[in-house]
Amino acid sequence: MIPLSHYLTLGAVLFGLSVAGIFLNRKNIIIILMSIELMLLAVNMNFVAFSYFTGDTAGQVFVFFILTVAAAEAAIGLAILVVLFRNRGTINVSDLDDLKG
Amino acid sequence: MEFKLFLFWVVSLILVGAAVGVITTRNPVQAALFLVLAFFNSAIIWMLMEAEFLSITLVLVYVGAVMVLFLFVVMMLDINLSPLREGFTRYLPLGGLVAALIVGEIVLLISNKWFSAENFPVPAARPADYSNTEELGVAMYTDYLLQFEIAAVILLVAIIAAIALTMRRRPDTKYQRPAEQVQVRKEDRLRIVSMDSGNQESQ
Repeated sequence: MIPLSHYLTLGAVLFGLSVAGIFLNRKNIIIILMSIELMLLAVNMNFVAFSYFTGDTAGQVFVFFILTVAAAEAAIGLAILVVLFRNRGTINVSDLDDLKG
Repeated sequence: MEFKLFLFWVVSLILVGAAVGVITTRNPVQAALFLVLAFFNSAIIWMLMEAEFLSITLVLVYVGAVMVLFLFVVMMLDINLSPLREGFTRYLPLGGLVAALIVGEIVLLISNKWFSAENFPVPAARPADYSNTEELGVAMYTDYLLQFEIAAVILLVAIIAAIALTMRRRPDTKYQRPAEQVQVRKEDRLRIVSMDSGNQESQ
């Protein structure tokens, strides 16, 4: 029998790894997008775990909607990335400083 | 050790290893493949939690569609990798510290007695004829119908946005104009000239 804390700890470790991935690869926008996908996966893991342990289907329905939004986000993010590379010839985050923020 | 627990440990170790691979590998193609491995292993873990529909969806939608899209984009862009790795070791202490703090805080919360096995006992296994897909479908088409339709609209917006962003017209490209092609008449293409044939002159 696998207790709830195992699943929650696994989700926490995945979330921490994806946060570290955003810090480490802050020049590479593709890896940042992948880290965001990994972060959503960690959150979904918690939703599914609580849905299983409380016997409530609502958590799984919510995961379904998160998957939908994440797919839309990946499609639009990659489209923006392609346009960015076509116009600027680079995807280095530090080159994208037109707004001088 | 029970087999399910053993399976959980093996799969979650591979999952964490794949996540480490995603964030540390040098090549974006390898990172995408590591991410495929991570999605597949978490699908197995969801299957352990009897969320069969979602775990199949994860494999179909993520591994089958989203990650293939990622791989297409990564391979299409001609990226110089060396400047993208700058600052990797510089931000390693800070990133590691923040990640360790987040994980430590969540684990501190989880180890509380609220989330103990007494408050959340492991549910009994469902009967063999239980259909997870049917239960999700009933919930989705009754209680969550509006949200389901909103999700459909979000997907439509994503399709239109992706096409509108990446479509471009090049001025020097030659196009066909089908409307003019179907409206063409015989007089536009064919010209009948009357002229003497050479045979008569030779006779």
